[in-house]
This record gives sequence, C-alpha cells and structure tokens, in this order.
Amino acid sequence: MNERRKFILSMARGIGLAAMGALAWSAYVGEVRSAPLILRPPGALPESDFLRTCIKCGLCVLACPYDTLRLAAPGDSNPIGTPYFVPRDIPCYMCEDIPCVPVCPTGALNEASLKDETGAWEIKKIDIGVAVVDVEACVAFWGIQCDACYRACPLMDEAIYLKYEKNERTGKHAFLKPVVNTNVCTGCGLCERACITEKPAIFVLPNAIALGKVGDHYIKGWDSGDEARVAGAKAETTQTKINQQSALDALNADEGF
Amino acid sequence: MSMERRDFLKSAAAASAASAIGMTLPVSAQAAAEEAQKDWRWDKAACRFCGTGCGIMMATKDGRVVAVKGDPAAPVNRGLNCIKGYFNAKIMYGADRLTKPLLRVNAKGEFDKKGKFAEVSWERAFDEMEKHAKRALKEKGPEGLGIFASGQYTIMEGYAALKMMKAGFRSNAIDPNARHCMASAVVGFYQTFGIDEPSGCYDDIELTDTIVSWGSNMAEMHPILWSRVTDRKLSEPDRVKVINMSTYRHRTSDLADIEIIFSPNTDLALWNYIAHEIVYNHPESIDWDFVKEHIVFASQPVNTGYGMRRDNEISIKSGKYSAKEMETYGKEMRKAVSAKEAPALAPFGYKEGDMMEMKPAGLAHWEISFEEYKKFLAPYTLDYVAKISKGDPNESLESFKEKLKALAALYIEKERKVVSFWTMGMNQHTRGTWVNTLSYNVHFLLNKQAKPGSGAFSLTGQPSACGTAREVGTFTHRLPADMMSANPKHRKICEQAWKVPEGTLNPIGNQDIMKIHRDIEDGNIKFAWVNVCNPYQDSASATHWINAAREMDAFIVTSDGYPGISAKVSDLILPSAMIYEKWGGYGNAERRTQLWRQQVLPVGDAMSDTWQWIEFSKRFTVADLWGEQTLRDGTKLADVREAAKKMGYKDNTTMYEIIFANERAKSYKVDLKDPVQAGYDNSEAMGDSRKVVGSDGKVFDGYGFFVQKYLFEEYADFGRGHAHDLAPFDVYHKVRGLKWPVVDGKETQWRFNTKYDPYAKKAAPDSDFAFYGKLAKELAQGDLQKVTDKTKKSLENKAKIFARPYMDPPEMPDAEYDTWLCTGRVLEHWHSGTMTMRVPELYKAVPEALCYMHPDDAKKRGVQRGDLVNVESRRGVVKARVETRGRNRPPVGLVFVPWFDEKVFINKVCLDATCPQSKQTDYKKCAVKIYKA
Amino acid sequence: MKYRFMILRRLTQLGLLGLYIGANLFGWKILQGNLSSSLLFESIPLADPYAIMQMTLAGAVLGFDVLLGALIIALFYMIIGGRAFCAWVCPVNLITDAANKLRRSLGISQVQKRVYMSRSIRYWVMGLGLLLSFAMGVAAFEMISPISIVHRGAVFGMGLGVGAIVVIFLFDLFVHENGWCGHLCPLGAFYSLAGRFSLIRVYHDAEACTACMKCKEVCPEKEVLHMVAKSSESVVMGECINCGRCVEVCDDDALHFSLRKFAMQAKEKSL
Repeated sequence: MNERRKFILSMARGIGLAAMGALAWSAYVGEVRSAPLILRPPGALPESDFLRTCIKCGLCVLACPYDTLRLAAPGDSNPIGTPYFVPRDIPCYMCEDIPCVPVCPTGALNEASLKDETGAWEIKKIDIGVAVVDVEACVAFWGIQCDACYRACPLMDEAIYLKYEKNERTGKHAFLKPVVNTNVCTGCGLCERACITEKPAIFVLPNAIALGKVGDHYIKGWDSGDEARVAGAKAETTQTKINQQSALDALNADEGF
Repeated sequence: MSMERRDFLKSAAAASAASAIGMTLPVSAQAAAEEAQKDWRWDKAACRFCGTGCGIMMATKDGRVVAVKGDPAAPVNRGLNCIKGYFNAKIMYGADRLTKPLLRVNAKGEFDKKGKFAEVSWERAFDEMEKHAKRALKEKGPEGLGIFASGQYTIMEGYAALKMMKAGFRSNAIDPNARHCMASAVVGFYQTFGIDEPSGCYDDIELTDTIVSWGSNMAEMHPILWSRVTDRKLSEPDRVKVINMSTYRHRTSDLADIEIIFSPNTDLALWNYIAHEIVYNHPESIDWDFVKEHIVFASQPVNTGYGMRRDNEISIKSGKYSAKEMETYGKEMRKAVSAKEAPALAPFGYKEGDMMEMKPAGLAHWEISFEEYKKFLAPYTLDYVAKISKGDPNESLESFKEKLKALAALYIEKERKVVSFWTMGMNQHTRGTWVNTLSYNVHFLLNKQAKPGSGAFSLTGQPSACGTAREVGTFTHRLPADMMSANPKHRKICEQAWKVPEGTLNPIGNQDIMKIHRDIEDGNIKFAWVNVCNPYQDSASATHWINAAREMDAFIVTSDGYPGISAKVSDLILPSAMIYEKWGGYGNAERRTQLWRQQVLPVGDAMSDTWQWIEFSKRFTVADLWGEQTLRDGTKLADVREAAKKMGYKDNTTMYEIIFANERAKSYKVDLKDPVQAGYDNSEAMGDSRKVVGSDGKVFDGYGFFVQKYLFEEYADFGRGHAHDLAPFDVYHKVRGLKWPVVDGKETQWRFNTKYDPYAKKAAPDSDFAFYGKLAKELAQGDLQKVTDKTKKSLENKAKIFARPYMDPPEMPDAEYDTWLCTGRVLEHWHSGTMTMRVPELYKAVPEALCYMHPDDAKKRGVQRGDLVNVESRRGVVKARVETRGRNRPPVGLVFVPWFDEKVFINKVCLDATCPQSKQTDYKKCAVKIYKA
Repeated sequence: MKYRFMILRRLTQLGLLGLYIGANLFGWKILQGNLSSSLLFESIPLADPYAIMQMTLAGAVLGFDVLLGALIIALFYMIIGGRAFCAWVCPVNLITDAANKLRRSLGISQVQKRVYMSRSIRYWVMGLGLLLSFAMGVAAFEMISPISIVHRGAVFGMGLGVGAIVVIFLFDLFVHENGWCGHLCPLGAFYSLAGRFSLIRVYHDAEACTACMKCKEVCPEKEVLHMVAKSSESVVMGECINCGRCVEVCDDDALHFSLRKFAMQAKEKSL
C-alpha cells in the first residue's frame, strides 16, 4: 500500500516538474519574443528598448480614460505584462493631454517625444503605427459613398484624405477613395474602429511592418525638405555577386572566358 | 455552396454591372452568378433612407432579406449606395424588433397610465384604441384626436391615414414629421409657383456650371448626389464652381472653391445682397423680357412672430413654462428691433429700438411694384451685409467681402448656369418660407430657373416627404394633389371622389405637428397616434412634450418597428411591419415615384400601418362619427348622417366599408396570375402563413382585394390631369421610377418650361415659360408696408419675387447663453437612429453624438477633446463629448450636436420656434452655454 | 489566538490586492499599478528592486521615479525583514499556503520525507535571472514570473495566467513541500539577502521551550529555527519570512517578535 502510494506520488511529482518546466519554457518561447504586430501606447520607445524598459506596472492602463490599453496576459500572444491595444475593439482616442504617458515610471513611454518646442503636448507626434487600406475590401473603391474612416480620423484631410475619381461605369458619379498619408498617420486606429466592413478594410500596422524605406543616396530634387531625411548619408562600398573577389584575385583567376 | 462568398459577390456585382450597360458576360461568369443565386429571389425596391431616392435590388431567401445591391438600372444611383443604403438588408432584423402589441397595465391587467408594458392581443389593442378615441371625440370633438404622420409613410399608408382622418373622423389633426423637414420649401413653392415641388431634377447636376449649397451638407446628407456633384466638378475642374454656404465648416467644403461661413439667419441678407448686386450694380443682367412676362413682385407683413406659443395659451397661463423659457417665448408677442436688423426693416417702417408688436398674419401677401422691391433692396449693400453676416470671428471682413462679391459674380455671369441646392439650413428657419422664396428671386431676375442646369432646387430629407407627405397631402391643411382643406371646391372634389356626404370634410386645418404636441400639453388632444416617426425624440423643447404625454390625460399610441423614445412614452405600442415587409411606394426630391412589392413577411405579429388604419376604421360607424360636431373656434361641422343615408349608408355602416372596402376597392382583385402579384406575399390582401390573430380575435386572412393598388390608384386619380399625373400602378413595377407629371407615358424633367413640360405648353403655347400653379394666384395691390388697393388681380401663369427682409431669430447668444447651437445629422445615421443604431457596423462607426466645437471655445471653457460637457439652454441640458477635430468645424461661438443619439437628447435643448408661415421648427439655432460636466 | 498573525497576514495580503484591483475597477487613487511598480497616494513611487536590477542589467535607461521607488521598497524590507514581503504581500503565498495545508491534511509529507531540492537553488535562479537579463536585453525573470502573472492577472485580467496558479499549487502539493517559495523563487532569494540585517526578528526563549516542536512543524523554512529547544536567540537567517506562525502556535510563550538583539546574542555566543 505504501509502495503504491509512493509510486503514485512520484508519478505526480514527475508530472508537476514537467508542467513547471513547460510553464517556463512556453513563457519564454511564446512570450519573451517580441510580437511584431503589437500596437503600443503613444510615445512608446522602439520595441526592443520598450521591452527592456517597461516594468509592466499598468499605470498607463489605469490612466487611459477610454479603457483602450490593456496589459498582455498569458495567452494573448504578446510580450507578457506589457501594454498594448486593439483598435477594432477600442482605438486610441488621442487625448489632447495624452494622460497615459506622464504616469510611466520608467520612461518606456517617452514624454519628450510627444511635446513640441514649447513643451506642450502635440498629438500629431504620436506614432503608434500606420493605417493601411485593403482596396479590394474597401467599399469606397467600389463607389459606395462611405469615407467613414476619413470622417473618423482626428487628423482628417491630413492623415487620411479623399482622392476623387470619376466613375466611368455610371458616367455621373465619382469615387471618393480614402488614402493614408503615412507620414502624418499616428496609428490611433479610429479609422479601423469606424470601418463599416465586416472585417475592417482599413487597419493599423506597426510602422516596422507597414512602412518601406527609401535609400539614403537619393534626395527628391523637387522637395527642399527631403534632405533632412538623409542626414546620416555616407558613402558605402558596394558588393554584389559578381565582385566577391578583389579585382586582383578576379583578374588572376584561372577561369576561361 | 462551392463558391466562396467573395467570389460570389464579385461575380454577382459583375453580372449586375454588365446588365446595366448592356454588356455580355463571359459564359462562365454568368453561370457562376446564376448558380450562387439559384435559391435567391431578386426584386427591385427603393432605399429606406433619405430623399435622394436610390434604387436597390433585394435578395430574399427563406422569407428573409439576405442581401441588397445598388440597382445598376436606377437612374439616380446607377448601382451605387451610401453606407446607409449599403445596410438596407440589416435594418429589419434588430434583436429588439417589436413583435406584439404592448399596453401599459396594472397588476390586474387593466390599462393603467402608470403601469408597465405587457403583451396584449391585437384585439385588446384595438379595443383600447377604440375606447380612448371615442372618449377623445366625445370630450374634444374631431380636434381631440391627433396623428403624428410621416414623410416615411409609404404612399399607400399615408393615403389610408389621411382618408380615414379627414373623411372618417372629420379631423384635420394629422401632420407629418415632414413638417420639420420641408414645410418651408412647400410654402415657398406655393407662394412662388402656386404648386408644390421643384421645377428641376437631378440631371441639373450634370448640366450646370455652378453648384451652390445653401445650408445643406450634401456630402453627408445626400452622398449619392454629392458623388454626382463631385463627378461634375472633376469633369471640368476650371469651369465648374462649387460654393458651400454654411454657418460652420463641414464636409461639403472639401470640394468647394468658395466656402462662406455666415452668421445664423443671415442667409436672408445674403440672398438679398445678391439681388441688390443684380438690381443696383448689374441691372443689365436682369432678363427684363422674362421678368415682365412671368414675374410679379410681392410684399407681406413682417411682424408675424416666430411660431412659438402665445400668451393666451393654456400651458403658458398655467405656468408650465419657466421664467427662463419665457425670456424667449415673450418675443412671440413683442420684441425690440435690434441694431442688426434695423437697416433691413427700415423700408417696412421700423427703426432700431422700436417695439414690434407681433400679429399672426398667416400667408397674406400682396403685389407691389418693381420700384417698391428696389426700395426694399436698398439696405443690402456689401458693407451692411458683410458686417451682419460674417460668421467666423477669425476671418477678416475684407476676405469675407471678397467671397461675397465672387459669389454674386458667379450668379450674375451671363453664360453661367447655376443650381442652388438647399436642405434643412434654409428650411428649418424662423423665416424659412421667406428665405426659400428669396432664392427664387435671384434665379428669376437672371432667368436662371426651370432650365436645364439652372434653378433653385430644394433637396428633401426624407424618402417620401415628397411622394407621401406632400403629394398625398398628409398635412393638417392639405388634401391630395395640392388641394386645400380650407378650399370648399377642393373639399367637394374629395367628398365626391371618396363617396362621402357633402360637408363631411372639416374646413379648419391648423393642427400642425407642433400644435399637436402643444394641444396634448394644453389638454385639447386626448388621443394621439404616432405613425412611422419618432416625434418624442425629433421635436424641439422635447421635455414639454414628453411630460405632456406622460402626465396629461391623453392616450398615446405608437406604431413602430423598434422601441424608440416615442414608444417608451406611449401607453400602447403597435408592432409595425417595416419597409420591405409590405407593398409600398416612395417619391423622392426630383418628383420620382418608385414602387416595390412586399419582399418578406413581417417579423413576429407585426402588421403594416395600412392594415392598422383599416382595422381601426372597422371600429367606427356612421353614427359614431358623422353627427354634428363643434370645433374649438365655434365652427360647426354639419350632421351628415341623413345625407349618408341617401347615399345608401346606414347608421351602423362602418368606416371600413365606406372608406376602404368599397366597390372600387373590391374591383382591384387579388390575382396570383397577375405578373405584378404572382409569387409575392400580400399580408393585407391575403393574410399570410404566420396566421396572425387579428383585431377581431380571429386569424386574419386578408381583405380579399388588392388594397395597395386600390389606395394608389384612387389617390393618383386626384393628380391626373392636374399637372400631378402619376403613371398606372403596374407601370411602376416595370420601371425604375418616373418623374411626374407623367404625360403620355413620358416623365417631366423641367416643369414650367414649355420645351419640357406639356402642362406649361398647354397653359402658354406661345411662351417659353408658364408658372401654371393655381394657389394664391390673385393678389391685392400695395406698397411694401400695406395693401393700398384690395381689388384682386389675377397673375395666371406668373411667379413671384418677394420683398422679405433680414430679421433676427427669436433667440440669439447673449451674456449668459453665449453660444449658437446647431443640430443636424451625420452620414452614418438616419434621423433618430432607431434603425441605423441597430446595425452593428454603423453603430461602431459612430456610436455617440459629439459636440463639435472650435478649439478656442474649448480652451476658453477649460475642456479638451473627449471631455464631457453640458450643453445647456433655457429649456434643458444634455451631456456630450467635445470634438474639436472632427468632420464639422464650427467657428468660434457655435457648436454643432447631431440628434440621432437618444442618449444625447439634444432636442431637450432646442427651441420650438417655427417659421410662422410654414410652421417648420428651427433646429438650426438657439442659444446655449457650454461648461465642463 | 492560534491564528492571530495568520488572520492579520491574510487581511494585509487581500487588502493590498483589493486596493490595486480597486484602482483599476473603481479608479481608487490609494495604491495604483501592481507589485512591479506602483504609485501610493498618487505621489510616492514604489518599485520592485529585483525587477529594477534585471532591467538595468538588460540595458534599460530608467526614469528617476522608478529608481526612487525601488530604493524605498529596498529600504523598507531591509528594516522590517526582507521576506516579510513573502508572508505579508506576495499573492503566491496564498496559493502555496493552501497547497501546504492540503499537503499536511493528506499526510503527503509523511510519505515524502526526503528533501529533494536544495534550498540554495533559489540563489542560483536569482543569479541566473540577472545573468539572462544581461544576456538577452530584457528583464528575464519578469517575463516568466508567476508572482507578476498572478498579481497582474488579479488586477488587470488573468488570461491563461490561471495556469500559473494551478502549476504552483500542484507543484507545492505533490512535488515538493514549499517547493516554489522555499526553494525556487528568486524574488524570495533576493529578499532573503536584502533582509539579512533587518531589525524585526523572532526571538526564541529556550527557558520557556518544552520542545514540543509545533513551531518546526508549521515553519515553511524550518532550518531558520535551528535554535529551538537549544538556545535563546533571535532568528537571524534571512530566509525567515516573519510570518509569525511559530509565535502563534507556541503554547509555551517561547517565541515572540522583538527587535533584533545583537548584543544579547553576542553575549550568549561568547558564553
């Protein structure tokens, strides 16, 4: 009897140990790794800095008057305990005094990045992500008079503007197509929330996912401000598949022509 | 189904697009479309929402509407919709549809005004209605019975209600919510043309060079028309000019070449400024041939009040209005002429500080000379008008003047075609009738009216404000086809057509929709019935009417699809069939009539309003209604029971037999071989598979005749041959609507123009125009201030230019209430939101009404975007969230709050002042204070 | 009065948790945030010093508030006894105490007498946490800490964090007596070190002791009571969690809280 009990208990112990290990393991693999599709609160540091600086205290969550922010719980597939939001559920309403930021005790949400020269809050500096339109699913591209996203945008006519086009099929109507200016879009997600399609045809992605980047070696000649973009430009040695060797080695190679 | 939904939608869309332009689809695509739609039934219908009148196609499956598409063959929208129309398939299926009659009862199940709602049978519901209606008739006569009617009635419903009220109950206390929407336009049409509804049509958009939007946010409120305006602008961007005239910046400014932000009510001055420019500075632009042949000038009293309650009314005397409220209501009796309006009123004999004694003058006006009109225009110089009308304190006077000059120049430019569109900004106005007529003044002087691409054009808000409310005549003072209750000849025509005794119809029609509310508050109406509208949410000074409904001894019935505010304040709620659950028809703003078939059975035990009216009529007999009646002003309605007997009716003949189930009605047969009827339900004519237990406690199995066709045809007969000609019922089931008058099968695009309108051609074969409307076409003569010669002169085929001055509205911002409040709609929601707030996607898009405000005003009040503020007037206060960056950008000193949201009940704050001529409420201006909540 | 400290501890543990939850649900402004970092009365910052050490090693440039908060907490526990955190604040204590109680009533400890795991594992875990934070550039223990998962979960929403509760409960019940708190928890290890010289301590009076050993039976860190029935001295080992169980179960009044008696101990030792 005692032997039998010991056996059962050592089995249970084994299972317990395995479960403990699994907890640690899955927590590490699934959640330590940064989730690239996460949308952070306004003023968040770049993701890798944010992850090491956020202490997961939830003070930003408490400060948000719209219950937009939440802390990632186990199972949310996001770095555990860190604040994020899902615009389709509750977008960032871009409060003028951005209350979620100054409460951050560690500086993971950076006040300075959201203030203008006078030290006043500037919500246009919020850069959570950028809205992207699926032009196949967007009914405005069918000719439906919608532009719900455009009207919901707190930076209407700046972050989202309408592009007018003639509707040649009907011959007398126009398309009013929403277009996102990625330089201005703050990623607040009010458009995603407002979108009237079943699954939103406009949605916010983190900048790192949604945005491309032009090389530093070319400047728009017609845009005097474009030089600022390439402040870090420097000459770089170029290499392709055909110049893996030095000139000398290549010239001396025994290959025929 | 093997096809993915997405593929299906693509091929279905391609198929309908292809059929619209007569293109042949590849066979495989065609087959795919047919396969997917195999068990769907497609039929045409009209969109439920605004007055644009877009055509849609509905797919039904297993008795439910499963999808819609824009009808590619519909001329208005060519297959497109706005996002309200996009959701037509979802509006009938809200989780809280009313499915059974609900009555307030006590613990014993007896009716109790203070009780809770409980389900009752249709029979019990009609028993209660009958009891309370009979009590109301006994205590207060025909005026004690009030109907809140609608511009969203189908044509048949409106006609059924009108006929039962006017011929059965001998009551004129029926008035539609359309009163709030376009009554000023109507009186404008009557006074100017002698006949209702616009001369032009939407084709003007494609033909014009200039689109001026006056107090109309077309971009949000008429999106499909706006997309046509946009297309026109894109076609010739340099030639085509778009001007937005508004009291705040809204989306219509996006496309505008010129945006003019003016101070509320000064549109009166702006129109007169353009006329002043024409007459004083560009007299050569006046088309004198046109003016001399077709136009007379007219004037009227100006001290006519603001359509508010007067001192002698019961509720005012009994103290139901607070001292604060009386500050404004007092102006209904007298007010001091202000510095702002004094120059404009000088030609009428007033100077600043004069006490103006207000006297209701009805629609009185008289003819004057051009010289008098010119004298009237003298004050409207650029300096004066710019000074009083600049609406944005942050704009410089100089830039504003430049814009006014540019505006006038565009109107005046000889070869330039101009369309002036307006909606609620000009209609909801304490001088709404005036400002409507002022628009025609400018177009007439320049001979730019009733011509392709030119004209002043009133856009309508509701889907059938024209088709039902106006054309059928569901107004207190109207009869079908522009006939008037006050006119004995018109009454006689109706009595004969309706086969009711001469003298049955009541000549006194003064219970407009605000009067119905006020009569309930005064205890003069004891029974009220709400049809297809939400008057307890949509009426200004709402608290008074809600208190009246709950506290006064009146029985309030609401027929509705959903439990809105009106249902909530009622004593009895009737579940109504919604739009596609019944046969119906709507008429849009360009006189286009569109009919549809019943697509599906109503939800639950809901039945159409037509059915409800007909069932109600069964409860009343000749003896009940046709004895002698005394009206409030002492007028007696004769006892017509003897005359009725001579016509073959007995004392116990029911109104049902006389008004609805008469010989003519029975001649419209239910015929399932008839291509119009075959394959479609008709719950009223045949009953239906739900086997609803009806008003007599038995299963309702139909009237046995094609009741909707009967109602339509009988109604249409009033207009045929009188420039209101509608095509036969069956034709409308084949075509995508027709613009009346339909003469020899052809619709009419431009009325009064002999080239396009057969009636104009007939009236004046040798002229270019004939303004052939018959109303108010004989006038006395006088000067600006008074009649000097009472002899009436005929002005057959002529139209009128009116001398109507700028005047202040009765309530303006002051030290305490320092901000203008303007209300209106948003694209996403329809009216009081009972339908669209139940569509999840539209709710998500705009879940609450915001208070749009200038950032400087927000800062001044220590509030920021997203903060809750109190919006408080002398009448009430509501809380709303501040928006300083949204779609609407008011100037400093004005806020805009839309009214769709019953949680932001802005009509508690609004003032129930009306245009004294049209009785249309001014929702666009009152004074409020805003402070942090 | 067998449970007076137990009751007080439960009140403290639940009270603090209640204040945090109230901050989220009702907007109370008393104690906002969670055990990682909080704000007391909207002005005094508090922070978990072990978390701050990890974050600093991970390369984070931290704000002043949070550093001050960590200092306040560190000083607090250095004075009142480092592992008082474990007994009076940590929500995991509720779980492990429950597991322990069940374990005792099922008599599991009688069968599993042998100690499998060294009590020093936790110091290795603590060190590993710091090392991994440095290596991975992210606060390593904070990414898996069941303490944070449970506490944050209680305040902001648990998600699948219930799993952490179940695992710790089962581990302590079946695998190892006091397995998590007594052997593995690096935060407990940190506070053991921090509280090494704290002022509030349990004092054992050998004169009064009848060697009934009830105290050792209930003690979660038995080796700290090595002096029982042997000598009169303060419990000085940092592992003592100041829970007061030994004090309240003692029928002989041989154990009680007192200020640390450096002098007396020194004297006794010299005897």
